[in-house]
This record gives sequence, C-alpha cells and structure tokens, in this order.
Amino acid sequence: MSQLLEAFAWIGDPTRWSGPGGIPVRLAEHLWYTALGVAIAALIAVPVGLYVGHSHRARGLTVAISGAARALPTLGLVTLFGLWFGIGLTAPILAFVVLAIPSLLAGAYSACESVDPDTVDAARAQGMTEWQILTRVEVPLGMPLLISGLRLAVVQVVATVMLASYIGNGGLGRFIFLGLNLQDYPQMLGGSILVVALALVLDVLLRLLERGISPRGAARV
Amino acid sequence: MIRFDHVGKTYPDGTTAVEDFSLTVDSHASVVLVGTSGSGKTTLMRMVNRMVDPTSGRVLIDDEDVAAMDPVKLRRRIGYVMQASGLLPHRTVAENVATVPHLEGVSRRRSRSRALALLEMVGLDHKLGDRYPSQLSGGQQQRVGVARALAADPNILLMDEPFGAVDPIVRAELQKELLRLQSELGKTILFVTHDIDEAFLLGEKVVILKPGGVVAQEGTPSQILADPADDFVETFVGSGRGKRALHLEEVDGRQVVVDESGRPTGVLHAAPESRS
Amino acid sequence: MTWILANLGLLGERLLAHLGQALPPIVLAFVLAIPIAKLANSRGWLRGGLTAGAGLLYAVPSLPLFIVLPIVLGTGIRSSVNIIVALTIYGLALMVPSASEALRSVSGSTLQSATAQGYAPFARFWSVELPLAGPALVAGLRVVAVSTVSLVTVGGVLGVPSLGMLFVDGFQRNITAEILSGIVLTAALAVALDLLIVLGGRLLLPWAHSRTGGGR
Repeated sequence: MSQLLEAFAWIGDPTRWSGPGGIPVRLAEHLWYTALGVAIAALIAVPVGLYVGHSHRARGLTVAISGAARALPTLGLVTLFGLWFGIGLTAPILAFVVLAIPSLLAGAYSACESVDPDTVDAARAQGMTEWQILTRVEVPLGMPLLISGLRLAVVQVVATVMLASYIGNGGLGRFIFLGLNLQDYPQMLGGSILVVALALVLDVLLRLLERGISPRGAARV
Repeated sequence: MIRFDHVGKTYPDGTTAVEDFSLTVDSHASVVLVGTSGSGKTTLMRMVNRMVDPTSGRVLIDDEDVAAMDPVKLRRRIGYVMQASGLLPHRTVAENVATVPHLEGVSRRRSRSRALALLEMVGLDHKLGDRYPSQLSGGQQQRVGVARALAADPNILLMDEPFGAVDPIVRAELQKELLRLQSELGKTILFVTHDIDEAFLLGEKVVILKPGGVVAQEGTPSQILADPADDFVETFVGSGRGKRALHLEEVDGRQVVVDESGRPTGVLHAAPESRS
Repeated sequence: MTWILANLGLLGERLLAHLGQALPPIVLAFVLAIPIAKLANSRGWLRGGLTAGAGLLYAVPSLPLFIVLPIVLGTGIRSSVNIIVALTIYGLALMVPSASEALRSVSGSTLQSATAQGYAPFARFWSVELPLAGPALVAGLRVVAVSTVSLVTVGGVLGVPSLGMLFVDGFQRNITAEILSGIVLTAALAVALDLLIVLGGRLLLPWAHSRTGGGR
C-alpha cells in the first residue's frame, strides 16, 4: 500500500504540474489525440453506419467488419503503423481511427435499427422523404445508441493513446513507459492512476449525455 | 376517384401477392377490402400512395396514373391510418397530428391550432395535445392516427386495419365515430380489414378477396348477404350458418327472428329501420 | 517471410504462452459469472450495482490494471498471474451483465411449469434454466473470448511473454514481419476460439442454431 501512497505523492508533487513534460501538457495531448482520432473515425463511420441502418444494405458485411476489427490487437496496430510511418502523428492517429470505427459503426447502424419499423413505415406513408425519415425519426430516436457507440469508441481510443506513448508519442502513457524504463514504480503507478481517472471521467460524462439526450416520451427498451 | 386497372404484384423472390385486380372506388364512397391474410388486401391499398409499386397494371387517381407522380407529394395528400398507430414516440400528440402541415411549411402556430381542432373532431380533449403517444391508451392513439391522416385535408383516406389492435368495446366506439366523421366529411375511403362484420358496418361497397387478390365478390353488404357468389363467400360471410342464418317464427302474432340454433335474436317490425 | 521461417519455434512458444494466459480468464469468467449473475438477479439492488460497476470497469484501460495488481497480489510486474487475474476481472465485467440478461430472458412461465412438474430448485436450474439461457450465454462468451485474446498482447510492453512480445520486439528491432505475424496469429487465435465456442454451442444446444449469432 505504501507504493500507492508514493504514487499519489508523485502525482501531488507540484513540479509535475508545470513545464513541457508536466501532467497538464500530457493530459492535453491525451485529450487532443483522443478527440482527433474519434472525430476522424466518426466522420467516416457514422454516415456509413446510418446509411447501412437506414437502407438495410450491406448489413451482414458491416457486422462482420466491425466484429472482426475487435479481434485486432491494439498494440499490434500501434507498433506496425509506428514502423511504417515513423515518428509523428500519422501512425498513432491512423491506429486510433481504425480502432474507433467498429464501435461507431455499430452504434450508428443499431441506432437506426432500434427504431420500430412501423414508426418508419408510418413516417414514409405520411410523405416524409428518406432524408427526413433519417434526420427527424431515426437519428433522434436512436440517439442514445449513437452516443453509446461514441462512448465505447472514446474509451477504446483513450487506452490506445496510452499505448501509443510506447512508440514515442505524448499523452499520459509517457509517464508509464518512462517509469518502466527507469524502474520508477511510483511514476508508473501515478501515470496509470491518471489514465484510469481520465477514462472513467470521460465514460461517466458520456453516460450522462446518453441519458440526458434520450428523447422525451420515447420509452427506452 | 381511385381506379385499379389490372394491377399485379410479384416480388423479386417470385411470390405473387396480387395477380390481376381491377376496381373503381368512386369519389366520396367508402369501400372495404376484406380478406384473410395472404389475400393481398394491404398490398393493394399501399399501391394507392405508392408505398408499393405494382409490377403490372396501373393505379389511377382522378384518371391520373400515380406512377407518374412524385411519391412524397402523393403521400402528403393522401391520409393513411395503420394498425400500429405509427405515431412518432418522441413528438407530442399535437406535433404528430401536425406532421404533414409542418412538412408542407405551414407555420408552427397555425399547424398546432389546426391539430388541436382535429383532436376535438376525432373526439379527444385538446389537452391531450401536449402528451406523448406512450401516455395514451390504444384507442386514443388510434384516434390520433385518424386526426393525423386528416391533417392535410386529403380527399382520400387509406385505412389499414386501423381498429385491429384495440379491444372490442373500443373498436365499436371507433367504428361509430368513423361513420359519423364520414357523414360529415365525405372523404373517399379505402378500408382494409379481415373482419367481415366491420366490413359490412363501414363499407358502402364491400370487396371480398381470395388469396392472390382475386375478387370473390363485390357489392353492397345486402347484395352479398342476399346472394353470395360462391361457397367461398358463403363460408366467409357465414351466411349459411350461425348468427347470419336467421329465420322467422311467429310468437303471439309477432314475427320473432331466430338463429340457426333456435335462439331468438330480435323482433321483426313491419318497416325495418334503415342502416344508420 | 524468411524471418517467420527462421523463427517458427519462437512463434510457437509465444502462441502457447499467449494461450496459457488467455484460456484461464475466459473459463474463469464464464464459470464465475453464472452464479454471480444468478445471485444478482435475485436482488435488484445488487443487479443494478453490478451492471453499473461492470460498465465502469470496462472503461478502465488494461495496462494500468496490470501495473496496479502486483501491489495487491504481491507478484512481480512481469508475472503472468497479473495478466490472468486482470483479464478475469475484465471477463467478468463483460460476462456478468450478459449472463444476468441471459438468465432473465428465460420466460417465467416456463420455469413455473417446470416447478409444477416437480423439478427441485437445483435440478430446475441445471436442466431447464441454464440450457434455455444457453444461446445468450454463448453469445456473451464469444465476446469475452475475442476481447481477452486481444488484451493479452498488452502485457508485452511489460515484458510478459505472449504474442504481444512480437510487437515490442519487432518494433525495437525494426522487423515488420514479426509484428505482422503477431497480429495475424492473435486474430487467428481469436477467430479459432470463437469458432470453437460456436461449435460447442451447437453441440450442446442443437435446437438454437440461429440464435447463437450476434455480439454484445
């Protein structure tokens, strides 16, 4: 337990909270990489997922792709891209995007599919265009599932950003790998605690958003 | 006026829902398509607003082929009521009723006041307008469905087993309400049901369908009851037996109507009241 | 390709070590999740708490857990015991909610009719409830298996031998083939275990072919 106390002492040390390699800078890097990776992945996966969910086309293929992608080892992708693209943002961001896509894709198509087909049929029979059905019926009603996909993607990418420090990128993972090389256990543990805290905070925030955004009147099943 | 001109529907997998069907629905008339599942009745109805496109033949509204019309515009000027009310669960009742006027660009305030008036017209308190559909009973939801279908003041109303999912007492109420509305509004109504009693109650003209959209008989309820075209119709309307096989017995000088098993069901007056 | 042929022995060794760390958590999570889920279902507050806790736990990245566990367990940082314990916890985080859902999905009237026919509580659980929850349990187990196989690799950065070491070693020594073979072997192992579970499910639950699909 004394090691845990040392780790908290390491976090609490004021010198860690300033300078170019300090906790605030690493935290900001971590958040920035996560946001960038998830945003690029969302730009690709959400439209595709909504299209698949709305049109019921290529559903089997999409499910297979998002399922197979879960079997890919995160660390393997990070190191492979690291070797191929060298130092810089390309390698890690590419890995983040690849790893965030399955959750976002699944969230988007299940959002559409969660809507009662009778509701969609009625909307079409009233004279809504396909675009109106998507934007006024399927997306609002499926929003909680869409956000849930976003949350899983964020959690996945936060963990991957940590691993990407291994190939020389910033982020909170730096502390862990620095501690590992220096056999500085308090620093490893301190870095670990920070990463866990970040992941939990983001997870809880997105869960609250998920609950808050669930449309009124629509009983959640 | 709606005219089905030798329409057929065969799905890509080879199943034929409707073979060759023709029918004319006069303006302001109410026509009921009645048949068991597999008779193609819903498929036929959905051809009118192009929710289904026929693979052969044409559907015409006022002599204009619907295939040439934009499906979205067409649907906005035809009211459609379905069995599962199909209301948008995330919109209030009033917003649901105002869906089409809103899509057509009518201002929010005007479409709302129209929606509230429509709620009153279908027998609902306008205070229900701010509730969500899930807070309403099944019968109330169906009334909202009717109000929504009427919102754009369409000439044609398509009703696909609209009262199929509510209990018998509520169904009877809704049927009565529909008859009242129809006498006030005089829409062209095409109504689909599998319930022959409902068909006879609501239809000025009833079309009995066999599987594959084959017309077994077409006529007024009394024509069909009096002269069923074949065994299929006779079995379907139950005219050969049960509560429709009635005969008269004289009791104390009055004509008593008695059913097949000898149970008295009513008294015959000299001048029978006409159907309401 | 030459690297792979020259190092077949190493690949086999890593694959076996990987399997040795992946199988215990998968089996443990499955076996432990069922009684926990059964208990949770009988108490509403416990069910809600466990489901919420499991969801949060799943958000915790694996590496920090590998680092924290030695303090609790008294093991060394390179011990594979940390990996096995950590991944059992993750497995439970995935499996308990899905087992709880699976058991709840068995219809109450089926259970009541089993009781009415004279099944004792344990016999009823063993021969009615468990088989009926089977397809959903299999679906949950598949997710656990695929996720566990992938997570074992993370131990590689700490120096715990597994297919993950191929990524670390390949990156440091600049051998693309080593990393690629690690990725392919990990994915192949995940797919193989997944197929085994599906086949096992079909053998044990022959009536439920069509329902064994789907993820979480």
